[in-house]
Amino acid sequence: MLRLDSLGQRYGEHRVLHDISLTVPDGQLLCVVGPSGCGKSTLLRTIAGLLPAHEGTVSIDGDPVVGVPDRLAVVFQDYGRSLFPWLSVRENVALPLRRRGMARAERRNEAERILERVGLGGVGRRHPWQLSGGMQQRVAIARALVCRPSLLLMDEPFGSLDAQTREDLEDLLLDVHRAEGTTIVFVTHDIDESVYVGDRVVVLSAGPGSRVVLDLPVGLPGEREQIGTRGLAEFVALRAEVGRTVRG
Amino acid sequence: MSRGVRSALLRWGVLVVAVAGWQVVARAHGSVYFPPPADIAGHAYDLWFSGPVGHAFLTAEAVDNILPSLGRMATGFAIAAVAGIALGIAVGRSRRTYALCNPVLQFARAIPPPALVPVFVVVFDFGTPMQLASIVFSAVWPVLINTADGARNTDPLRLEVAAVLRLTAPERLWLLLLPSALPRIFAGLRLSLSLCLILMVFSELLPGTANGIGFTLTDAQSRSDLLTVWAALVLLGALGHLLNTGLLAVEKRLLGRGRPV
Ligand SMILES: Nc1ncnc2c1ncn2[C@@H]1O[C@H](COP(=O)(O)OP(=O)(O)O)[C@@H](O)[C@H]1O
Ligand SMILES: [Mg+2]
Repeated sequence: MLRLDSLGQRYGEHRVLHDISLTVPDGQLLCVVGPSGCGKSTLLRTIAGLLPAHEGTVSIDGDPVVGVPDRLAVVFQDYGRSLFPWLSVRENVALPLRRRGMARAERRNEAERILERVGLGGVGRRHPWQLSGGMQQRVAIARALVCRPSLLLMDEPFGSLDAQTREDLEDLLLDVHRAEGTTIVFVTHDIDESVYVGDRVVVLSAGPGSRVVLDLPVGLPGEREQIGTRGLAEFVALRAEVGRTVRG
Repeated sequence: MSRGVRSALLRWGVLVVAVAGWQVVARAHGSVYFPPPADIAGHAYDLWFSGPVGHAFLTAEAVDNILPSLGRMATGFAIAAVAGIALGIAVGRSRRTYALCNPVLQFARAIPPPALVPVFVVVFDFGTPMQLASIVFSAVWPVLINTADGARNTDPLRLEVAAVLRLTAPERLWLLLLPSALPRIFAGLRLSLSLCLILMVFSELLPGTANGIGFTLTDAQSRSDLLTVWAALVLLGALGHLLNTGLLAVEKRLLGRGRPV
C-alpha cells in the first residue's frame, strides 16, 4: 500500500505540491491528471525517492520512503533519453535484473521473454536509436516490467505516440495490470486516457501549490475495450466530470 | 564515380602534385639544405627500412632509435590516458568537485607543455624518467579536462534511471558515466596523442639522450647530415598521421555502436 500524508514539495521558493494525501491500495491503477506544469512529474519523483519530501511523508507498506524503494520501476516521460543508447535493447531491458543476482544467460532469457510480451520479439540485439518512438517506448516499458515491480510509476508514457500505438500500449498496460496485479501510478494529461486506463482518477489543480481537487473511482462495467468502452454512457459522464474539474 | 572515391582521389592527387612540385623545385635548385623528396625517401629506406625480413625489414638503426621513441611515446600516452580518464571521471562525477578543481585544471592546461621539461630535468636529471614525466604531464590535461567535462554532462535523466535501477557505483561508472563521456574522452585522447609526439621528440633533443628519433635529429645536425634530418622529419610526420588514423579507427568502432552514425 502506497500512502502520501500531507505531502508538500517545492523547488527553492517555488511551491509545487501542497498538502497531498492519498492512499493507493495494492493492485490499484491510479491515474493522476492535471494541467502541464502542475507537478505531476515532481509527485512521481518524490514517490520514487529521487526527491526528498519537503513536507509530509511518503510511505510504502508503512515504511517511509527514503531513497529509491525496492521493487519499484519507473517509466520516464522522455523515454528516448531514458534508454542507454550504447547498450543493445536486450541489455537495456536486462539492467534491472542485476540487483536480482541472476546469471548472465538467465538475465538474457528473461529480457527476451518480456520483450516478446510487449511485442518486440526479435529486436533484442538492435540498439534503441534504431527503433521508432513507439518501439522505444515499449523497450522502456519492458525494462520497467522485467523485474516484476510491486509499484510501477509511469510519467505520461504514451504522450508523444500516434493514436494507434497509444491504444495498443494502453491495452498492453491493462493486460499486464490484470495479470500481475501491480500497483500503478499513471500520470497523464489526457483526460480520455485517464478514465479508460484507471481504476481511479485523481485530478491536481494548476500550480503553484497544486492540491487534489477530485478523487474519482472509475466504475466501468465489463472489460475495457477501445471502441466499446469509450462509447459507454458511464465513460462519457466520467470523462465530462474529470474534464470540467481540470478546466476549473 | 561516387563522391567518396572522387574526393579521395582529389586528396591523394593534391599530395602527389605537392610532392612532385617539391621534387622538381629541389632538383632544379640543387641546394644541400633542401634535398629532393626522392633522395629523402631513398635515404630513409637505406637508413631504417632495408633490414632483414626477420626484423620486419627494420635496420639496426631503426631498432635502436625508432622503437625506443615509440616505446616512450606509447608508455607516456598510456599513463596519460589511464590517469586522465580515471581522474577526469573522479572530478566530473560531482558538480562540486568539478567546480572546485576546474580553475586548477585550466591553469595547468594553459602552461605550454615544453616549458615543463626543465622542471623534470631538475627533478629526474636527463634520461628516460625525465622524458616520460614530460610526456605524461603534458598529455594528461586534455584527457582529464575533456573526460571531466563529459562525465559532468551526463544526462541527468539517465542518472535518475541509474538511481531507480539501483546500479552499484562500479555499474554506474561502467554502464553510464564512461559511455556518456566517451566522445569527449576521444576528443581529449586525440589532442593528447599529438602532444605526446611533440614532447617525445622535444625531450629527446636534450642532452643525456643516447637514442630516439629526437636524438637522431640532433646527432645528424651535429654532423651536418641534412638528409637524415629531413628523413627524420618526414618519418615524424608519417608517424603522427598513422597514429592519429589508428586512434580515429578505434574511436569509430567504439562510438559507432552507441549512436546513429
Ligand atoms: N528541477 C527543477 N527546478 C526548479 N523548478 C522545477 C524543476 N522541475 C520542475 N520545476 C517546476 O515545477 C513545476 C512542476 O513541474 P513538473 O512536476 O515537471 O510538472 P508536470 O509534470 O505536471 O508538467 C513547474 O512549474 C516546473 O517549472
Ligand atoms: Mg511532467
